[in-house]
Amino acid sequence: MNENVIETKGLTKRYGDFVAVEDLNLSVRRGEVFGLLGPNGSGKTTTILMLLGLTEPTSGSVRVLGLDPARQPLSVKAHVGYMPEQVGFYDELTGRENLTYIAKLDGLSGREAQRRGSNLLRRLGLAEVADQPVGTYSHGMRQRLGVADVLIKRPQLIIMDEPTSGLDPERAREFLELILDLKAEGISILLSSHLLYQVQAVCDRVGLFQTGRMVLEGSVHDLAHQVLGSAYRVYLQADGPAQALAAALRDVPGVAAVHADGNRYELEADADLRAEAAEAVVKAGGRLLALDVQAPSLDDIYSRYFQQPQEAQEVEDASAA
Amino acid sequence: MQAQLDVQARRREGSPWTGVWAVVAKEMADHLSSVRMQMLELLIVVTASGTVYMAMNNIRSTISEDAFILLKLFTLSQDPVPAFAGLLAFLVPLVAIALAFDSVNGEFNRRTMSRVLAQPIYRDALLLGKFLAALFTLALVLMAIWLLIIGLGIFGLGIPPSISEVMRALWFWVASVLYGSVWIALALVFSVRFRQPATAALGALAVWLFFTVFWDMIVGVVTPLLSPVTYNTLEEVVKQAQVQLMISRISPNALYAEAMVALLQPTVRSLGIVLSSQLQGMLLGAPLPLAQSLLLIWPHLTALAAGAILLFAIAYVLFQRQEIRA
Repeated sequence: MNENVIETKGLTKRYGDFVAVEDLNLSVRRGEVFGLLGPNGSGKTTTILMLLGLTEPTSGSVRVLGLDPARQPLSVKAHVGYMPEQVGFYDELTGRENLTYIAKLDGLSGREAQRRGSNLLRRLGLAEVADQPVGTYSHGMRQRLGVADVLIKRPQLIIMDEPTSGLDPERAREFLELILDLKAEGISILLSSHLLYQVQAVCDRVGLFQTGRMVLEGSVHDLAHQVLGSAYRVYLQADGPAQALAAALRDVPGVAAVHADGNRYELEADADLRAEAAEAVVKAGGRLLALDVQAPSLDDIYSRYFQQPQEAQEVEDASAA
Repeated sequence: MQAQLDVQARRREGSPWTGVWAVVAKEMADHLSSVRMQMLELLIVVTASGTVYMAMNNIRSTISEDAFILLKLFTLSQDPVPAFAGLLAFLVPLVAIALAFDSVNGEFNRRTMSRVLAQPIYRDALLLGKFLAALFTLALVLMAIWLLIIGLGIFGLGIPPSISEVMRALWFWVASVLYGSVWIALALVFSVRFRQPATAALGALAVWLFFTVFWDMIVGVVTPLLSPVTYNTLEEVVKQAQVQLMISRISPNALYAEAMVALLQPTVRSLGIVLSSQLQGMLLGAPLPLAQSLLLIWPHLTALAAGAILLFAIAYVLFQRQEIRA
């Protein structure tokens, strides 16, 4: 069994002079949730279309479930579910009819299509509206119907393009839980998004896209290390000799920098060093008043990276070296 | 050996027919239940009953004997109402265009295209399925009208149709469907080419208008240029007439009109010019057997089918090269 469900080597797509995706080397392991992150127009959707064989790469190779989507599109598409950004349905047909049509295109018999359709509609909480035209559905219901639509072929891999865009926070949270459920069932998932904090919650690994290149790849934690250096921020408030306290905090192993402001201190650290910091304050004769920690978030990584591309480039070079 | 492997690797997997019938079934269900289609059906039924009623009045008032009275239902006209067959030459393209002008761009606009193409089918299946669904729908509608007219005829005139009449009327149905298939394929090309359904519809209607209204004028202008008559010899005149006929036959309307005449008027023996020398020994006014009439218009039917296939091929090539992303 192939360990990587998706593997691309030097994948490139050009439209005339415009390079949509350049030299992409991406691998997604079986059973993991991988997030493609990047601003709009950075090549995420083009990448996804190439993975599905809906667009032909200019150069480079793609393997999805060990198959070439350009040469064996039917086998690939039989096992890969695709949920496009803003899924479209036939508004005049009911949710059930929409599902049945797709199931028949998948080659299921009428009866099997009905059976799987009913189960999925129930599972996704759409049973009550199953026989209403999709035109009457809310955005969240359409999104869930989109998931049912993808699941009806029982895929090994699901590719979702901006699945949470346009959902209100509550619906988005439910949706992310659904993604984790699917992961628990052993389905590998590739999703693209520009909503970072959501992706952070569900993705095992992420890849950051910028103008057609994947500039960073790894777990959120790894990326924080690469881009932000010391990604954790420990905030503490302490009374006592300022000089001695700052020196003591700086000596805590893992602390990269200390910024003092009155009796408030901000520590840049490479882990959650609250306990160590507290101990240092006490040992230095200070009185600890408050203590807090901020874990690195993708937002920080993202804004740091895209606001200071020059600096980030150096970080990347450094980490490559 | 390597070459053979390459060929194997380049050959595409599976059949392009996978999923065609699912598409056909869904599209036909859409067509038959759509308001657009119901309005067109109403239009056709009203015109059919109207023209047939007028034709029946006309038939009742004549006392001459005719072996093909039923066919007269299609061809007889009484001012100001034209004959049904003539109306059909207008209505069939209209229905055909209405069936297909938004078939492909509609999927893009509803954002369903990527979802459908992410299923294990080829693009061929979608395009072919849409073409076939429109064709079957058109054939179904025309057959319903056909039955309606024959039924009205039997009911109103009290004369049972002869086998030969029914066969001719059936071939007329076949010709109408082939004629419609050209316009369906044309509308399909426009629906692939233009993202806006309105643009596609107007484009297809413009072509229809061009052939219906302007083509005859163009033929009249172009023919003397291509084949001038300077000395007024018989040879020149005949040549000009033939050139004119050939150019006019580029239009599907002309092909359909000729096919219609030959099928519905059994006494018609030639569609081109006839020289008096050719008339020697001919029994004027005697009907041709069906097989002979068919022989006369076989090239027309083939040309209509070829036109539809050509246009479908254009739509196919355009569609295969199209980017899927919205």
